[in-house]
Amino acid sequence: METSKIRKRMPVTTLFDPKIIIPAIGHAFRKLDPRTLARNPVMFVLEMVTLLTTILLVRDIVLGAESFGFEFQIVIWLWFTVLFANFAEAVAEGRGKAQADTLRKTRTETRAKRILLPDNYEVYQGVLAEDLQAGDLVVCEAGDVIPGDGEVIEGIASVNEAAITGESAPVIRESGGDRSAVTGGTTVISDRIVIRITSSPGSSFLDRMIKLVEGAERQKTPNEIALNILLVGLTIIFVFATATIPSYAAYAGGAISVVVLVALFVTLIPTTIGALLSAIGIAGMDRLVRFNVLAMSGRAVEAAGDVDTLLLDKTGTVTFGNRLAAEIIPVQGVTEKEAAEVALLASIADETAEGRSIVTLAESKYDIYRKPATNDHKFIEFSATTRLSGVDMNGRKLRKGAVDSVLKFAADEAGKLVTESSGFRATVDKIARSGGTPLGLVENDRLLGVIHLKDVVKPDVRERFAALRRMGIKTVMITGDNPVTAAAIASEAGVDDFIAQATPEDKLRYIRDEQAQGRLIAMCGDGTNDAPALAQADVGVCMQTGTQAAREAGNMVDLDSDPTKLIEVVEIGKQLLMTRGALTTFSVANDVAKYFAIIPAMFVVFYPQLQVLNIMQLSTPQSAILSAIIFNALIIVALIPLALKGVKYRPIGAASLLRRNLLVYGLGGIVLPFLGIKAIDLLVTAMHLA
Amino acid sequence: MTVIGWLQILLFCAIIAALTPLLGGYMTRVFGGERTMLTPVLRPVELALYRVAGIDERQEQGWLAYTIAMLLFHIGGFLILYVLMRFQGGLPFNPAGQSAVAPDLTFNTTVSFITNTNWQNYGGESTMSYLVQMLGLTHQNFLSAATGIALAVALIRGFARASAKTIGSFWVDITRCTLYVLLPISVAAALFLVWQGMPQTLGPYVDATTLEGAKQTIAVGPVASQVAIKMLGTNGGGFFNANAAHPFENPTALSNFLQIILIFALGAALTNVFGRMVGNQRQGWAVLAAMGVLFLAGVLVTYWAEAAGTHTLNALGLTGGNMEGKEVRFGIVASALFAVVTTAASCGAVNAMHDSFTALGGMIPLINMQLGEIIVGGVGAGLYGMLLFVVLTVFVAGLMVGRTPEYVGKKVEAKEVKMAMLAILILPLMILGWTAIAVVNPLAVASISNAGPHGFSEVLYAYSSQTGNNGSAFAGLTGNTLFYNLTGAVAMFVGRFGMIIPTMAIAGSLAAKKSVPPSLGTFPTTGTLFVGLLVGVILIVGGLTFFPALALGPIVEQLAMQAGTVF
Repeated sequence: METSKIRKRMPVTTLFDPKIIIPAIGHAFRKLDPRTLARNPVMFVLEMVTLLTTILLVRDIVLGAESFGFEFQIVIWLWFTVLFANFAEAVAEGRGKAQADTLRKTRTETRAKRILLPDNYEVYQGVLAEDLQAGDLVVCEAGDVIPGDGEVIEGIASVNEAAITGESAPVIRESGGDRSAVTGGTTVISDRIVIRITSSPGSSFLDRMIKLVEGAERQKTPNEIALNILLVGLTIIFVFATATIPSYAAYAGGAISVVVLVALFVTLIPTTIGALLSAIGIAGMDRLVRFNVLAMSGRAVEAAGDVDTLLLDKTGTVTFGNRLAAEIIPVQGVTEKEAAEVALLASIADETAEGRSIVTLAESKYDIYRKPATNDHKFIEFSATTRLSGVDMNGRKLRKGAVDSVLKFAADEAGKLVTESSGFRATVDKIARSGGTPLGLVENDRLLGVIHLKDVVKPDVRERFAALRRMGIKTVMITGDNPVTAAAIASEAGVDDFIAQATPEDKLRYIRDEQAQGRLIAMCGDGTNDAPALAQADVGVCMQTGTQAAREAGNMVDLDSDPTKLIEVVEIGKQLLMTRGALTTFSVANDVAKYFAIIPAMFVVFYPQLQVLNIMQLSTPQSAILSAIIFNALIIVALIPLALKGVKYRPIGAASLLRRNLLVYGLGGIVLPFLGIKAIDLLVTAMHLA
Repeated sequence: MTVIGWLQILLFCAIIAALTPLLGGYMTRVFGGERTMLTPVLRPVELALYRVAGIDERQEQGWLAYTIAMLLFHIGGFLILYVLMRFQGGLPFNPAGQSAVAPDLTFNTTVSFITNTNWQNYGGESTMSYLVQMLGLTHQNFLSAATGIALAVALIRGFARASAKTIGSFWVDITRCTLYVLLPISVAAALFLVWQGMPQTLGPYVDATTLEGAKQTIAVGPVASQVAIKMLGTNGGGFFNANAAHPFENPTALSNFLQIILIFALGAALTNVFGRMVGNQRQGWAVLAAMGVLFLAGVLVTYWAEAAGTHTLNALGLTGGNMEGKEVRFGIVASALFAVVTTAASCGAVNAMHDSFTALGGMIPLINMQLGEIIVGGVGAGLYGMLLFVVLTVFVAGLMVGRTPEYVGKKVEAKEVKMAMLAILILPLMILGWTAIAVVNPLAVASISNAGPHGFSEVLYAYSSQTGNNGSAFAGLTGNTLFYNLTGAVAMFVGRFGMIIPTMAIAGSLAAKKSVPPSLGTFPTTGTLFVGLLVGVILIVGGLTFFPALALGPIVEQLAMQAGTVF
């Protein structure tokens, strides 16, 4: 249900959308600028050695070498390798830009009504939105676009936030309390509010969102930095491995050309992962935005993958917001149907969510139809003081309400204390013990039964928590309920732990304790009183409906205000790490086959015995080297879809996940290039390329 | 290959596996400062040593202070040994009247012994006085071994501690290691070796008249005391030039068997110390299992290659394997096993000439050293070298479970990866780099005695052995030249300290981290999957780097040999 809504707004660009592919080709060439490539050490080294071989090739051509066809092809494929890497990044960025453009359309030239005097909200001046500074006060009336992120300091208005959230139903924004934050780019549709601008020009929510999806402000995440170091280290190792070969060959009485050495070097260094690394990062961010979650940094997304404990608010996440009628239990001598009918009649005048849920329950579960009310029906509406609602009809006085209120009503009717049947009391106690709320049902002075109100756990949360447990993530429910109620809901929902009667301090303390034990905590919240906990948590997801304070404290904002989204955020974080790991493993495993392709080809001229190492039976030394370099270039293109989509995460536990991924990317990474290089060699030979 | 041969290999493995938890438990207590059965005797000595040196045993050090203490200690060791060798002619305990050792050879030998390499560009009985052998070389045999173990324990503390600033005291660790671990076992082993017929005397060389009436000088000396620690401390420097092939340095099959057990004993036990200190012995067993897989694979290849012999030998009627360069007392299996053990463990003692092995049989010792001496490895150095590979393995593959990689509760992050990479880079840089320089330098090429790929292997072996701090020689290469003395010393020095400093930085960084409790989402590092993965990473990241060089050395030689060409 959520997904369909998301898809409607953030169209998933297909992998081969020409609108993205065609400009990406141009960008791939533009990215050849060494200053751009220097951000990616492996690719930078690749470009440098490619440049070197190109210069050597040009020299050979100018000096009139007899045959340079082989060198020429190697150089061409080396350039293709660099271009393919650039292309991968350009496609990822292109997909982000497509989203950013949609967002940018909302940021048309907005004019703001800036208040001139801080104490007079009636006098204002028209200015451009981009000229607003943090701290400025502006007025927004019906039809105005809110010029920047800020806080309502006076008034109440309904605001259409579709530009940001895609949700067309307007939301209420008012001064004070938890609904005071407004976002630039959204539109006031009724009333008038005064807003204090909190963001400086160019750093508003929308601006940041655009920059993030475009990848313009992408900073390397901790794991990405570590991975880059590993890749640089491997590259240096292969520098040693290849740079020493000419000397060994000289000792053996042979000679190796620079082009062949470069070919060996380029196939050995981890070009596959090096080429796709930034695309993976951009695509991860992109996935998150498509899920309508805005992360303030890539670091936060990565941390989400590491989360050990999830703190979830009970209301709205684990259960539906309100307590709902779950069952109507008659006392002995009363039929269920009879009790249900009374419950329905007594609840018609109760407009609270509980009251309506009783009507719904009676209708759906007990097949009772509401008869049209006649004039002799006198409805008693629910009030907080009496805590009763009901109807008087034909001398019958039907009531439902809090148990002690019902008992008092019956006693008043009878003129004496009513003795409750043991069944009635037992049912009431049982419901209270289970964490539910019992409501009494009475007709005049006769107790008919009990309505069981309870927090209804959302239908699929149990499975989701079980999935989280398999991921190794502990779920903790936070609730203001008493411990009994909390325990009952916790066991029904299948959470691992709960904090009952939680105060903001309790949340903060719980997070700190868990962190002291080395765990990473994620939580979601919206209210200002959640801000300290959101700031303390490693991953703090704030709801779009939340206050400005909460938004600033968290490191992600969920535009759909759906707390269960935290689970998807964790999965996206994990997917990001897995994709990097899988492609690194694949890249490193590829080297085995490449050694077996190039080493015999290099040395067979002066040591014919080494032909035995040519286990792929590649036809000639030239075709072997060419095939390896072609495979190395093409595999980058072949893996772009995987880099963009990410390796699928399955909540099956780390051990099984590792086994599975190792089989696919480790073993696959060893075997596939043997097959690939052999196939390319057959083609190269058939086409007489070498 | 014979059943008896395999039984011998399996018996060896079984004994090592049985000793591992016993010694591991003992060493864990020693380094934890707990009471052991030797405490009543040794504790007063230990305390007296601290008092003399002014050491407060409760004063722990951070990684940098620990490393600096270790380096200062080595500068002192270097000076003592250097001076002893240069002035041995005027010093006592010199019955054979040895004169001062040449400066470049002294330099090479000194670096060799302080780095636990024991590469010898000299013959012991014709170069060194008893004083140098005992006070200089044996002394360093103890201390370089104790240093390796102390550093490994410091790294283990890095893994085991959480939010800690210190990783132990170098002075305390090295004292306890020498006193409680190395000395008692060495004394017992030396007595056993004397019983097997090994000399232990300060008397002069013995003159004998042979049956033909020729006069022969038989070198003797305090052999057993040096051999015990030479093996236990994976030093490997021979008292005699012929090392463990010499009848006085390895008299019987039993002494041979004890020696290979001594080589592996402490290195294997340290994996158990690791497991115990991080609170899960299975972690230690997993590391040992990865070492075991690589070790057995090596034994299989070398034993098979030596037992199969060569076409050329078989054609001459010399069936029953390649006995060239092997002692008849030991035969093929004990020689092949010894060769793999001594190179896997960075010991470097030899009971057969590796140069005379078949090309394939000789390639395994070469690979063992090129992988960085991590298959059990040098005492301490083997474990910390292996843990560097573990860090890389966990990082590469750990990402695949969708979490920041962790190992025994510690997150592996940029700093650890950087330091592990720096340390591992040393191996190809020193081994491949110096070999590349040597084989095109006419001065260095002149030292090579064999032609073609075999000559190449000799040089490659020399730098692999020195960088890996192994010390065994392939023979056939005249090492005592200015070029090899100096470049070898650099390889040994960088191979040792270039590894140690980044490793200690990792220890410090890990100790400061919080410990993450394991969950279902944690990458499991105790099962066969992890062992397989670790072996794979070692072979692909560590091993394949040397593939071009190996192809031009032993691989092509083996292929040529099969075709009947020898070099």
